Amino acid sequence: MSTFLHNVWEFLPILLQGAKLTVLVTLGSLVISTLLGLVWAAMRVSGIPLLAKISAGVINLLRGIPIIVLLFFIYFVMPDFGLSLTALQAGILGLGIAYSAYQSENFRAGIEAVDHGQVEAAQAMGMSWRLTMRRVVLPQAFRITLPSYGNIMIMMLKDSSQASTITVAELALQGKLIATSTFQNATVFSLVALLYLIMCVPLILLVRHFEKRGRK
Amino acid sequence: MIEIRGLQKSFGSHHVLKGIDASISQGEVVCIVGPSGSGKSTILRCINGLESYSGGSVDIDGRRVDNRHASIKAIRAEVAMVFQRFNLFPHRTVLENVIEGPVYVKGEDRAAAIVHAKELLASVGLADKAGAHPPELSGGQQQRVAIARALAMRPKAILFDEPTSALDPELVGDVLQVMRKLAGTGMTMVVVTHEMQFAREVADRVIFIDGGVIVEQGPAAELLNNPQSPRTQDFLRRVLHPL
Repeated sequence: MSTFLHNVWEFLPILLQGAKLTVLVTLGSLVISTLLGLVWAAMRVSGIPLLAKISAGVINLLRGIPIIVLLFFIYFVMPDFGLSLTALQAGILGLGIAYSAYQSENFRAGIEAVDHGQVEAAQAMGMSWRLTMRRVVLPQAFRITLPSYGNIMIMMLKDSSQASTITVAELALQGKLIATSTFQNATVFSLVALLYLIMCVPLILLVRHFEKRGRK
Repeated sequence: MIEIRGLQKSFGSHHVLKGIDASISQGEVVCIVGPSGSGKSTILRCINGLESYSGGSVDIDGRRVDNRHASIKAIRAEVAMVFQRFNLFPHRTVLENVIEGPVYVKGEDRAAAIVHAKELLASVGLADKAGAHPPELSGGQQQRVAIARALAMRPKAILFDEPTSALDPELVGDVLQVMRKLAGTGMTMVVVTHEMQFAREVADRVIFIDGGVIVEQGPAAELLNNPQSPRTQDFLRRVLHPL
């Protein structure tokens, strides 16, 4: 027991370093995926056929490529085209781009869930498309999308571990490094799992809060 | 004021309006009645460009209604609409619903818009509900807010699309009372309705539509008491004496 506690005491600081990077990768890619997702969704609902088609094409492309392959592309292939990123930058960018497809579909579903009568009421008082979106549709779509937005955050937190494949020393990779050098597999990976869980709990509670508020 | 000439509308192969001619002058209250699916609501929706039309023309004060043209926004700001299902903005308070158009479409001063909105809410009997959100109100109250919201735009005319059809029977009276009062102020109103009693008492003119054409029109009392066409007679018999 005492060796177990000793191991935990020894490993935890290293794993927490990794957890810090995990949070950084998650937050960074959350920002990028949200912004890009908004762009795709806006193009999709713009009513301009060319933009809608481009957006649909990009989303299908991104959905059809595994995140890990996208990361390899950005980290290993882009330098051939003159774009060299650090592992951390590539990880954030790759996850952000990959998740922008899911964000976009979520936003679009939220926009389309707003009752069409709302759009008609806005237009009947002379609102432009932009004003209708800004004042009437988006505020309502925002509330509708919040619970699934929270779920996407949880998935992103866990999928940030894929950045380990391009040498980002986040939680999963730190765990693997400690495990291969100490052979304390059970202790190390239990700690890694526990740390992911601890980070997810606040997000799970947040989703529950959004869902409760949405029902009101 | 509203000139409709040879108005045609098709949804795919379904020919909903087959040449409607009607002229509505300022201050007139016109009720459009007819069986479900006869195209009544479609006429209203063509007047403010919520639907495009496939033939004929609609002009308001000499300006062509064309929803592919930017001018449609100015026309819509002058011709308000009240919907069957109210379509209030649920994420905003009653007061915010009423000032939304004046402030964000017409660019009126917010403080002045609030003063006007409060007067309007008082006139529809809902002064105490300014801070409530629409889902907290009954259907009848929501529809009266919708009428206040329409009036806040200081429109030249208001289109009512079956304003009482989604209401519980005991709430219909309050809404009709507000509309009756409104008609008394000289507001131009085009009302699609099944409320024959309201049409008889308040409308200057009743238009009976069936199968996408105007079957008969005339002064309310005359058309409702003494319909000429067999189709009008049949419709009125069914509506007035359903048993």
